Amino acid sequence: MGMVEIRGLIKRFGTTEVLRGIDLTVETGEVLAIVGPSGSGKTTLLRCLNFLETPTAGLIRVGGIEIDAAEPAARRKAKVRELRQHIGFVFQGFNLFPHRTALENVIEGPVVVKREPRAAAEERGRQLLAKVGLAERADAYPGRLSGGQQQRVAIARALAMEPEVILFDEPTSALDPELVGEVLATIRDLAEERRTMMIVTHEMTFARDVADRAVFMDGGLIVEQGPARTLFSSPQEERTRRFLRKLLEREGAPQPR
Amino acid sequence: MNLDLALQSAPLLLTGAVYTILLSVGGMAFGLALGFVLALMRLSPAAILQRVARIYISFIRGTPLLVQLFVIYYGLAQFGLRLDPITSALIGFTLNIGGYTAEILRAAIASIDRGQWEAASSIGMTTAQAMRRVILPQAARVALPPLGNTFISLVKDTSLAATIQVPELFRQAQLITARTYEVFTMYLAAAFIYWVLSSVLAWAQHRLEARTSLHIRDR
Repeated sequence: MGMVEIRGLIKRFGTTEVLRGIDLTVETGEVLAIVGPSGSGKTTLLRCLNFLETPTAGLIRVGGIEIDAAEPAARRKAKVRELRQHIGFVFQGFNLFPHRTALENVIEGPVVVKREPRAAAEERGRQLLAKVGLAERADAYPGRLSGGQQQRVAIARALAMEPEVILFDEPTSALDPELVGEVLATIRDLAEERRTMMIVTHEMTFARDVADRAVFMDGGLIVEQGPARTLFSSPQEERTRRFLRKLLEREGAPQPR
Repeated sequence: MNLDLALQSAPLLLTGAVYTILLSVGGMAFGLALGFVLALMRLSPAAILQRVARIYISFIRGTPLLVQLFVIYYGLAQFGLRLDPITSALIGFTLNIGGYTAEILRAAIASIDRGQWEAASSIGMTTAQAMRRVILPQAARVALPPLGNTFISLVKDTSLAATIQVPELFRQAQLITARTYEVFTMYLAAAFIYWVLSSVLAWAQHRLEARTSLHIRDR
């Protein structure tokens, strides 16, 4: 039984079907990369997992918490909140709380949601900031941090809730190119600790090296999945091949400066 | 200009100013509470709450404060609901400020990026926790300048309470004038006190704005 299980997940926005029946299992300690062209539904898939988007139909289980989209919203509410405490979410745009320092951002969840004593939470918060290489910036407001630093604080904030699985929604897409590396290095460290992670990314080299398994999505469906190295080196489906070829051409092309 | 008279009348004028301050602070405090509830109604997904709040706000903003005060003080008395002048004025200012601040607060809350709600939800916060810990502190910074302006307007608008017999600053000036016929002196003296009150508020507003935007200045 996997850590994360998704069955028959469908998401419609109005009449547009963004997810057209997704089945996916992620094992404990597994790092899963989700790739695909924009509009393929990968971000929506991630957001449905912790109900930032409400699925139209389907079943989601994370650890011991299982939620069926068919359940009435009122009954689902408490379960969704419980579920979210077990899922760390790292946003493309960081979404740090700008009126709180780095450390305050990190301890906000433990103190407010889990009611941890503040002193203990702060001690752990400082350790987490040290872990992402930002021990020195604990008292800085997000506005004073670079994009890469902000994203690392956001990762520490997600870790502070001691989640069973961490979801990354294009964590480096909003960053200047020279800041991408530090964030990827942080995620790589987490992968080495065998944390369960699902990463939506356009960084193919990173995905190939760090992920155990990769999923290629297109048009709201999983087109192909398999061990990351295999999927990237010898994709079976024509659509996957075409997508990867396009990306490689772009990565290989001389960078316009 | 009769400076002696102005000085002699100072105790009476200042007593009036105390009423002015009480009505302003009371009207602003209760009005903000009402405005916050109305703002939440406007932002709620329930269509009926939205509509009720919208009609209320539209009525308050679309009618003169003076008429609102008359309805409460003179109008309600016709149905046997005799409120004393100060109570009437306080209710009138509260209802009025509620309507104006509702729109300010609604706009301020709506201006906070959706990502902030999402980040709060993603660490398991309830809507109330997200509102209190994440959204309101940021919305307050947006709302503070227009709220300050509303407060300053209210201080001046409390002079309308003179028309329903509240012994506030302007009413005191009127009473002294009726006795002494020193029209210019008394009204100018009253104006001067309003000016001092407004200036103190403007200064306080400025200080508060600087404090709440510390993290912005820190960039």
